[in-house]
Amino acid sequence: MRVYVDESICQGHTLCAMAAPELFDLREDDGHAYVSVTEFTAELMAAGRRAASTCPEQAIVVED
Amino acid sequence: MPDPSHHDRVTNTSGAVGSVGDGERKHVVIVGASLAGLRSAEALRAHGFVGRLTIVGDEGSAPYDRPPLSKQYLSGAWGEEKLWLRARGFDELNLDLQLNVRAESLDVASLALSTSTGDIAFDGLVIATGARPRRLPEPLDHGDHAVVRTKAHSDELRDKLRDGAKVVVIGAGFIGAEVAATARCRGCEVTILEAAPLPLERQLGPDMAGVCAGLHERNGVTLHTGVTIVATTAKSVTLADGRSFAADVVVVGVGVQPNIEWLQGSGLTLGNGIECDETCRAAPSIVAVGDVACWPNARYDERARVEHWTNAAEMAEHGAATLLADLNGTPEAALSYMPVPYFWSDQYATKIQFLGRVGGFDEVRVVAGAADSGKLLALYRRGDRVVGALGLSMPRHVMAYRRLLLENASWREALASVPVAKAPGA
Repeated sequence: MRVYVDESICQGHTLCAMAAPELFDLREDDGHAYVSVTEFTAELMAAGRRAASTCPEQAIVVED
Repeated sequence: MPDPSHHDRVTNTSGAVGSVGDGERKHVVIVGASLAGLRSAEALRAHGFVGRLTIVGDEGSAPYDRPPLSKQYLSGAWGEEKLWLRARGFDELNLDLQLNVRAESLDVASLALSTSTGDIAFDGLVIATGARPRRLPEPLDHGDHAVVRTKAHSDELRDKLRDGAKVVVIGAGFIGAEVAATARCRGCEVTILEAAPLPLERQLGPDMAGVCAGLHERNGVTLHTGVTIVATTAKSVTLADGRSFAADVVVVGVGVQPNIEWLQGSGLTLGNGIECDETCRAAPSIVAVGDVACWPNARYDERARVEHWTNAAEMAEHGAATLLADLNGTPEAALSYMPVPYFWSDQYATKIQFLGRVGGFDEVRVVAGAADSGKLLALYRRGDRVVGALGLSMPRHVMAYRRLLLENASWREALASVPVAKAPGA
């Protein structure tokens, strides 16, 4: 179980960090997102799915 | 002070609608197959709607994303494979996606929709017909002027943005500015003509609009403001002061108008789009979402249409919950839609992001960065409350203000949250 951001697709629109700030952080320079946790609880997985649905680029990968 | 009536979007659109009851026998039709329409379908299924679902859309293409049409897709950096809104397909949504079908009329009293291929009866309706580019008034309108709203528009314009081509862009709003930036990056010689004294003033206020207007000159694009256009041809624009601009292509970006003509006589209230209540409801069991919908956002004491990508997505989710409440016979369970709007615009190398609303603000203050550095964070105050946050290439800092804006935080609290600036070069 994990959630990650495909950096080759992310454009830094930061919607994931709005939807799930507990799961995503943003790089200072370009706003590209990365997952800020290493342990994926069921709650975080649900947050990841929610965030994935908000991503304009569909850059968030959820592996159950 | 936190607003006790606030509900986060997630809690807003789940749980409140309860079970779907006899939903398996019901038919929901969604008119519009772009972002708001598709998100409505996804939200209805996510909330447990198991009835029939039909989407009708007047374009021939599967649902696609529009922001790249003036940016990465127009520039050629992205192919069409990056536009599809559901790269994984539609099977799991179990819906009837009818493309190339145009909604022609609606009768609210009889819950009947007429389309170019026949009539459709429904129990619930989502109207997400969006907007189309506004054209120049007659006699300035010209069929050869380019606009950017659809994939076909973007394809057609890209071919004309060749290295060295002269491009005249009429309108310096977001689409005009983005097209200008993309054309410039492709090596075009770009001139922008704007009727207002300052573009984006309504969206950003005068000070910050001035900063954004400065991006054009810094990137080698000429911006003429306060102009009056008196004549056009396919390849030229003439101003009232006698100046004339020759072009290989003229692009018109003077805003959009909601697609509501087909609803004349339907029984819905039409004004600035479809006039909805605070829950996105246009009539019992009929909701309107996205660019076409106007609703009162209690957070800002304003009734508005919001033409942002994020609003199409969020309002669709909210509208789905309202529609299910109606279909369940519990319309009182529908909640007020009161988002903190968010938009972004990528122009040249600058990422412009804005959270909140500017309307009626009393003060804007730059709290980090500076206008001439290309990086800036500004906060907007109305009364003693923070109502907006604007970032130029400071995405992480803008997002840090979302929680405060959702909580209707005080100005004092917002200022206390200003990020500590890193040392230059850090």
